[in-house]
Amino acid sequence: MSTDALWYLARGSGVVSLILFTVVVALGIGTRSGRGFAGMNRLAVASVHRAASLLALVFLVIHVSTLLFDPYAQLGLVDVVVPFGSGHRPFWVGLGTLALDLALAVAITSLLRERIGLRAWRAVHWLAYAMWPIALAHGIGSGSDRSTGWMLAIDALCVLTVLAVAVSTHPAFRDTETPSTTPQLVTTRGEQR
Amino acid sequence: MSRPLIIDWTACEGRGLCADLLPELIGQDKWGYPQSRSGRTVLVPPELERPARKAVHLCPRLALRLEADAKTRVTG
Repeated sequence: MSTDALWYLARGSGVVSLILFTVVVALGIGTRSGRGFAGMNRLAVASVHRAASLLALVFLVIHVSTLLFDPYAQLGLVDVVVPFGSGHRPFWVGLGTLALDLALAVAITSLLRERIGLRAWRAVHWLAYAMWPIALAHGIGSGSDRSTGWMLAIDALCVLTVLAVAVSTHPAFRDTETPSTTPQLVTTRGEQR
Repeated sequence: MSRPLIIDWTACEGRGLCADLLPELIGQDKWGYPQSRSGRTVLVPPELERPARKAVHLCPRLALRLEADAKTRVTG
């Protein structure tokens, strides 16, 4: 494969993993108190959350491993794990490294959830809320397509998606009890008082 | 042989994933907590072991445990 092909693959897989992680975070936020979300029941949300996160990791691995062979990124093996040491845009690339570390921590603890227990899993899982904005910032700061209109549109759409889900599923905006189990107060007088 | 599916009631929060996965064995009470269809310990027949295992893995509260089958337990 030519270095050009690798370069395109690295960029594309980075964008795809950002979009997938956005879906994962949105689903996680949407179902954070154990409810169904977006027309899916809890089981479907949990399954898609899990599947999308594993797929996002696959694209993340492609993104990082192709950059290892890229002459411009000048990424060494150490830079994959230790942030802020790369030759090219060390700060912004370092954010990507940081996001990778956090993503791995979240994924590994999730796979070992039954071993490490709920409390430890939950504590580490909170890191996802740091990982996603860091990954987004990494894309905005070091992505080759960062100043193109379509990339900015994707970035904006990702932010809007997560914000919209966070706000619309916030406890303040929903009934305290599920409608199916709560007897509805029926007023026979209608609008007239 | 059927394997007992044990629910840890101190951990369960009635999220309902187990009822989604095992509708044959588990219903929900009006607060969403799992309710054994038989009224006794949930016994998982071999043909439902796959979804039962999935329920154990996916339970958000890790409140489910699939025991070794009843026969082995008695002799073991």
